[in-house]
Amino acid sequence: MGIRFILMVNKQGQTRLAQYYEWLTLEERRALEGEIVRKCLARNDQQCSFVEHRNYKIVYRRYASLFFMVGVDDDENELAILEFIHLLVETMDKHFGNVCELDIMFHLEKAHFMLEEMVMNGCIVETSKANILSSIQLMDKAH
Amino acid sequence: MASSNSLMYSLFQRSLEDLIKGIRLQLHGDSSFISKSLDEIRREIKLTDLSTKSIALQKLSYLAALHGVDMSWAAFHAVEVVSSSRFGDKRIGYHAIAQSFNDQTPVLLLITNQLRKDLNSSNEYEVSLALECLSRVGTDDLARDLTSEVFTLLGSSKAFVRKKAIGVVLRVFDKYPDAVKVCFKRLVENLESSDQHILSAVVGVFCELTTKDPRSYLPLAPEFYKILVDSRNTWVLIKVLKVFAKLASIEPRLAKKVADPICEHMRRNVGKSLLFECIRTVVSGLSDQETALKLAVAKIRDFLVDDDPNLKYLGLHALSIVAPKHLWAVLENKEAVVKALSDEDPNVKLEALHLLMAMVNEDNVSEISRILMNYALKSGPLFCNEVIGSVLLACSRNSYEIVVDFDWYLSLLGEMARIPHCQRGQEIGHQLIDIGMRVKDARPELVRISRALLIDPALLGNQSLHPILSAAAWASGEYVEFSKTSYDIAEALLQPRTSLLPPSIRAIYIHSTFKVLVFSLKAYFSAQESTSSPLVEESTSSVSSPENAFTYKSISSLVNMIELGLCSLSGTLDVEVQERAKNVLGFTGMIKHKIAEEVTAQGSEIEASRAVAFMEDVFSEELCPVSATAQEKFPLPDGLELKENLEDLQEICGEFLKPVVESNSNLFSSSEKISFSVARLRISDQQEASSSSSHPPESASLLAEHRKRHGMYYLSSQKSDDHNDSNGNNNTLNEYPPANEISADSFNPKKKMNQSKPRPVVVKLDEGDDFKMKPDASSNDEPLSRAIQTALMGKGKEKEREKDNHERSLDPGIKEQSSRKEKKTKKKNGEKSSKHRSRRRSDKDAIAAKPVEIVDFLL
Repeated sequence: MGIRFILMVNKQGQTRLAQYYEWLTLEERRALEGEIVRKCLARNDQQCSFVEHRNYKIVYRRYASLFFMVGVDDDENELAILEFIHLLVETMDKHFGNVCELDIMFHLEKAHFMLEEMVMNGCIVETSKANILSSIQLMDKAH
Repeated sequence: MASSNSLMYSLFQRSLEDLIKGIRLQLHGDSSFISKSLDEIRREIKLTDLSTKSIALQKLSYLAALHGVDMSWAAFHAVEVVSSSRFGDKRIGYHAIAQSFNDQTPVLLLITNQLRKDLNSSNEYEVSLALECLSRVGTDDLARDLTSEVFTLLGSSKAFVRKKAIGVVLRVFDKYPDAVKVCFKRLVENLESSDQHILSAVVGVFCELTTKDPRSYLPLAPEFYKILVDSRNTWVLIKVLKVFAKLASIEPRLAKKVADPICEHMRRNVGKSLLFECIRTVVSGLSDQETALKLAVAKIRDFLVDDDPNLKYLGLHALSIVAPKHLWAVLENKEAVVKALSDEDPNVKLEALHLLMAMVNEDNVSEISRILMNYALKSGPLFCNEVIGSVLLACSRNSYEIVVDFDWYLSLLGEMARIPHCQRGQEIGHQLIDIGMRVKDARPELVRISRALLIDPALLGNQSLHPILSAAAWASGEYVEFSKTSYDIAEALLQPRTSLLPPSIRAIYIHSTFKVLVFSLKAYFSAQESTSSPLVEESTSSVSSPENAFTYKSISSLVNMIELGLCSLSGTLDVEVQERAKNVLGFTGMIKHKIAEEVTAQGSEIEASRAVAFMEDVFSEELCPVSATAQEKFPLPDGLELKENLEDLQEICGEFLKPVVESNSNLFSSSEKISFSVARLRISDQQEASSSSSHPPESASLLAEHRKRHGMYYLSSQKSDDHNDSNGNNNTLNEYPPANEISADSFNPKKKMNQSKPRPVVVKLDEGDDFKMKPDASSNDEPLSRAIQTALMGKGKEKEREKDNHERSLDPGIKEQSSRKEKKTKKKNGEKSSKHRSRRRSDKDAIAAKPVEIVDFLL
């Protein structure tokens, strides 16, 4: 159903964020992450950003030291997912101010909340940066 | 004591940040630090103070998410934390729940009330938390209990809340279909919202729903159409296009209407993602619309020539979707496709390869194979084998339909064998033998290629080539009469490097040597006879070329060489090799001095030649492809008891067969096997029935031996009252002819139509089992679709016809829906394997256009 999972992995293969939209056990998750990370890390910059894996596709893009990988169903529009990844990165950039990997590590929940605003049930429901950020800021104030 | 402990824990509790810093500071792996922290967390989480608890939970969630720690034991604590009134704690709790709860978590039901409270809260953020959680972990019970709350929220004045409620709806519907009755109306109302974000959420939901069951949402087509025409938001448009792709494939009139707005969008200067979605929609759902299709293909060309590898890949992908029905589009872009074969990206290369294979036909097969072989030589092992594999597949499809010149194809197979990375030895070997059996005219070339392969000592070391070598050896032996120099073949088969071969293949080599020997002896003796007496018996050898004329010297050197080569093997460890070597040596021993005798005493009793003639007869029976279901086509003749208790047989074969322990069924199967294999050999000449060719079951000599021993159990050649379905050969059918008297005329090979270049005859067997996959229909969707249809019907929409369709098909429609599910799943399979040129696609479209006939078709 649209997006199955979203991963952020650094170049050494360590997962920095993992959000799954379908239930998988711990072992399954680890195995999955390992396979996918290996596949994506083995590719260079001249190759396209789509990888086939089992019965779904992985759309990925590298930003500095972090790989953003989104697993989607076969019928999803890959270019739209690339735009979504970019949107996510821009949103985080705006919120943290020049986001880097450390920001994500120390503020993992914020990254999760941002993702939750944007994707529900595997479908992209919010694509406006302003909306996402305003909700997050309001929620932080209510904290 | 306990309270002061807890105070200490609360005061000195490490925050998440500390935890993370701590982990990062670990130099020697973090597992010990993590287990220490885990212990801390366990202590902290049991405290009553909610804020301490929540921080502990937060740390635990972090560890679970990134370091694979199991947090299911903390489920109850998560429930506790969620009940806190502080927003921060609630957030942490819900997050932990969303991350770790699944259908099996026992305490799941405990959060129902909390969820309800939060869903009714006035604080929209609490509401959003609850909705988010529900969307991740919602089960049937939760969905059922909370439907009314979701319903309320769907009509909330706050867009923020409404949007999230819409997001949840998908899950709720999925788990609890009756929720549709309640919520659907509001959902549809939101389609008319002017807020783009709400719209995007709603359309997203419908996109998912239509994927599962398009027919139910046809009545909503007008709303979607309005959105398609008016909206300028990329995300919304993409989703709507997907919806229409599904709807248009089942409702062709819709396709016509939608084609124009889509073309409009394509002509506008839109982002690449939207453009691609338009292209994809057109080529998958609307490929009948001429203008739209032409425009889409033009845009695909732009993608193909772009430098961005993503666009190239997507262009090729779209082209492969359109290829089955509109090959002209692929042919137009042929250069781009060929160029893509040398691209750096393996994905792009694979797509290009599949497209190229889609283009292949009789005329261009040699040209395309040439191009592909060049690429295969240049590329790495993975792509090389992909290329070889797809060429093999394409050429062998439908009994080598597209191959006109078999000599060329055989030399191509020989070339493939020499490609360094080749891993397809199995398939190549299989095809060599297959062609040898089916295409008589190609046999000389086959023998020539085999000889070249056998002679080359370098190939023996390459393990992946062994299947090819074994096929070559078999072919050389079987069709030795077409060879020019049998001495070379025998020499090649016995060369010392063959010790690198595994025993099973060596056995084949030795047996082929035997065949070569027999053939040579026969040639020698018929040459002798023709010199000694004017009456020449041209029994079987069809070739008597000057090179094959054996003098006494050459034949005895041949025999000597064979003896020499096999002598060393007579003590080998492998029983098969040893046995065969011994057989041949026994034969040569018998023959040797007879030959010497006959040189001196011509005209006398030619015992040796009789022995040779007998062996030669054994090898002369042509083994041909037999259908696997051939036996079944014959009803059992009366009086033949296949399953009767054959105890006598056990007495005889007792030392060979395994002891029958439990029942007589073992015995039946082995005795059945014996009579079956005999029947097969006899039936093979009587008909031209079904599918795959099989390798010759047993060597004829072993069969003759076995028959001698157990002759009384063999079927005698009496009249049997069979009737079979094949039309030709009627007179010979009612009788089992004795073995070894099969004439070539009794085959009825299919003749190809006239072509400019005479194509050799390929013995074809009819298509046998053509199994279709029948995936199980998921019963979850049925009540949902029914509910949706009820909801839509109750609304009294304009498209009365659709309603009638629904009403009519509602009950037979259940069956129809399950068959549609099969079609849809097949469709998914078709789309997945569109790269592999699935021909099911045309079937699928045919099915889609005629809904009422689905049931018959699939049944």
